[in-house]
Amino acid sequence: MTTQLPPGMHLETVDDKIMTLNVGPQHPGSGHMRLIIKVDGDYIVSCDPDPGYVHRGEEKMAEYRNYIQNIPHLERPVIHDSSNILYPYCLGVEELLGIEVPERAKYIRVIAAELNRCVYILYWLAIYGIFLGHSTMFMWPAGDRELFIDLLEAMSGARVTHAYLVPGGVRNDLPSNFEERCLRQVAYFEKRLKEYEDIFYQNPLLKARTEGSGILSRTDAIRLGTTGSVLRASGVDFDVRKKEPYDVYENLDFQTVVMKEGDSYARSRIPYLEMFESCRIIKDALKKMPKSGSVRTKLKPNPKGGNDEVYRRVESGRGAIGYYIVSNNRPEPYRVKISVGSFRNLICMPYLLKGEKLGNMPAVYWGLNYWPVEADR
Amino acid sequence: MSTIAPQFRLSRFIASLFDLIFWVLLIFSLVGLPIVFIILFYIKLPIINGQLMTPYLSMTWMADPSRTLPIVKNFIHTTIFRVMVFPGFGFAALLAAATIFVERKFLAKIQLRVGPLYCGKIEGILQLMGDGFKLMSKEIIIPAKADKPIFWMGPLLFVGAAGAFVSLIPVAPGWVVANPNVGLLAVFAVIGFFPIIAVLTAWAANSKWTFIGGLRALHQMVAFEIPLILSLLGVVILSGSLNLSQIVESQQHFWWITFVPIGAIVFFITIFAELERIPFDLPEAESEIVAGWLTEFSGMMYGLIQLGTYLKLYAFAGLFVVLFLGGWNGPMVWPPFPQDIITNGITIGPVTAKFPGLPLFDQQMLNGTLWFVIKTVGVILLILLPRGVFPRVRMDIALHTGWYKLIGLAFINIFIALGLLYAGVLGPGGLLQ
Repeated sequence: MTTQLPPGMHLETVDDKIMTLNVGPQHPGSGHMRLIIKVDGDYIVSCDPDPGYVHRGEEKMAEYRNYIQNIPHLERPVIHDSSNILYPYCLGVEELLGIEVPERAKYIRVIAAELNRCVYILYWLAIYGIFLGHSTMFMWPAGDRELFIDLLEAMSGARVTHAYLVPGGVRNDLPSNFEERCLRQVAYFEKRLKEYEDIFYQNPLLKARTEGSGILSRTDAIRLGTTGSVLRASGVDFDVRKKEPYDVYENLDFQTVVMKEGDSYARSRIPYLEMFESCRIIKDALKKMPKSGSVRTKLKPNPKGGNDEVYRRVESGRGAIGYYIVSNNRPEPYRVKISVGSFRNLICMPYLLKGEKLGNMPAVYWGLNYWPVEADR
Repeated sequence: MSTIAPQFRLSRFIASLFDLIFWVLLIFSLVGLPIVFIILFYIKLPIINGQLMTPYLSMTWMADPSRTLPIVKNFIHTTIFRVMVFPGFGFAALLAAATIFVERKFLAKIQLRVGPLYCGKIEGILQLMGDGFKLMSKEIIIPAKADKPIFWMGPLLFVGAAGAFVSLIPVAPGWVVANPNVGLLAVFAVIGFFPIIAVLTAWAANSKWTFIGGLRALHQMVAFEIPLILSLLGVVILSGSLNLSQIVESQQHFWWITFVPIGAIVFFITIFAELERIPFDLPEAESEIVAGWLTEFSGMMYGLIQLGTYLKLYAFAGLFVVLFLGGWNGPMVWPPFPQDIITNGITIGPVTAKFPGLPLFDQQMLNGTLWFVIKTVGVILLILLPRGVFPRVRMDIALHTGWYKLIGLAFINIFIALGLLYAGVLGPGGLLQ
């Protein structure tokens, strides 16, 4: 090679047996990201995830808007889980501004967050199903998701981007017949969930394909800083709703779902089992909720935070979402840092895919509960 | 007044019609007929029913339906009819088109959808035609570094091989395009072409995804071809023939699936791998390798591959019916053609019409075709069903299934067939012989 390369660049020497594949960003199995995968035959030698294709600068945008104006754009990274990604922001701003939230609003928030978790998990399950070649598992969750979308539409007026949670409570009260309708639809959905078990999770071909592939041990899961369903699938009993209960989660009756296997099958099954717990939480919260009362504390116009900083986190569909908010006596926050579960789960992908077969790539990738848009923020 | 044609006058309309007829006749007699005669001068006229098919004669026949029927009947017994229309391409393509439509509606019902709905008003019956026109109107893109002749050849070879497969399937007694004495060996030979075509086109497209997909297709098809061949040997042992028509005739009393069910199951599983259908659609796994060896095909080239795939699906289902489900054998349900129409003719009022050669097909053939179609459609539906139920398997599981489990089962099947033969339960040529 006679030509001089620019400084900082070097030619990579690879073995003739090794083929480099660019999975993404225009690959049907990649999502909004790229995986640089090197394969030796059918085995993956190395995997280099390359996120950042949908970076939108949410954190910087938050510095130019006041605390209320920040609500709609902060839910854009995960529009399917918009209540959960707004939840820690609302908790943090309430702590900064010193706002008390009415009791009824706390329950309504929990209901909205759990409904939204189900919406997200069903969407994720649909994608997981179709990427494993199971087209019925794409259509069924995508159809049943409408149940929860309709409920959230009745609550907030929007089908996907709700902007329902605000600092100080929720935007508006529930409609009059909501409780009855919600219980009916959740009961129907629990019946449908059992059919998912028959057609997908007990399917011998799915088990043969995902059991024992991409094993993440308990120590590795903690060392790599994973969170959410990936962490719980490796046998770590950690759920922010249990360990650091926020709003009224400590009053509600639910369990953390933990599996010990740490393989792709366990990672795909944990979110499914969590939907049962979400249904329990919704039913319990509807029972314990105060039947009337205020749902939103009135804020001063253009509220200013003190010279203070706050960190709050909640459990979302993909793991813990944390907001670090710094204020400096101005209506706008000085800094908003979002720590999302997707990005932290992505870190373990190179470790999991190394030495795996190429056919395991979709199962491992989507089992990580990764949402590329959220990771790029 | 109508807003569509405000200036409409009946007299002008009639005048324009006569005008049109005049010009059509003038141009036809001055230009059209000479051209027809010039062409006919160079073309050898076919002799049908002992008469030379001149244009005047053909027009005479067209004017008289009672004289047309013998011509049609004679045409039906030509080879070109067999290749193009009935047991050959036209029949198979029609069944394949129906299969695609049924597959889409059937899968939609499993998945709680409605499927194609709008195209053609009635349940989207014209959706397939619309898709076909879309594929035809699309640009055919060929990769810059592709090996162009082989890349072009791929879809044509694929459809050709599928057509060759279709031509070997007997549909009704005596109704088969090609009836070699070693029919089953010819089937094995045709099946052996498909992995070669897949690898050739995958290599010619010069892309990483097609390369991986082609290698997967090769591995998978070779791994499943051996159990396929072994599973069919049981039928050959029992019937004592490789001729597909004779194998059907040997099942007049009992279907072979009752004696060699393991072979039928093994063959049925290998069909999925050979057709690259879920759960064995690894060569086209879209979430891993885009579209496998079909990645670079676009427009009608992709359409041809799809056509070939569905022809293959029909041929495999037909082969299953021929070997295990008794082919055209079944109770006689087709009504016999009333003989008095031929001898006396139909009298409607003052007119009596006589149809000298009316029964175009005999009763045996129509009844056999009916049973063959019913059984084939049943098998096709069974082949379509797993697409809604199973996920894709992994390559190592597929190869393990093919090389290890299915071959073992196929050997057990052969020993069962040999045992039945030597215990004297069944002899060559059927149970009762």
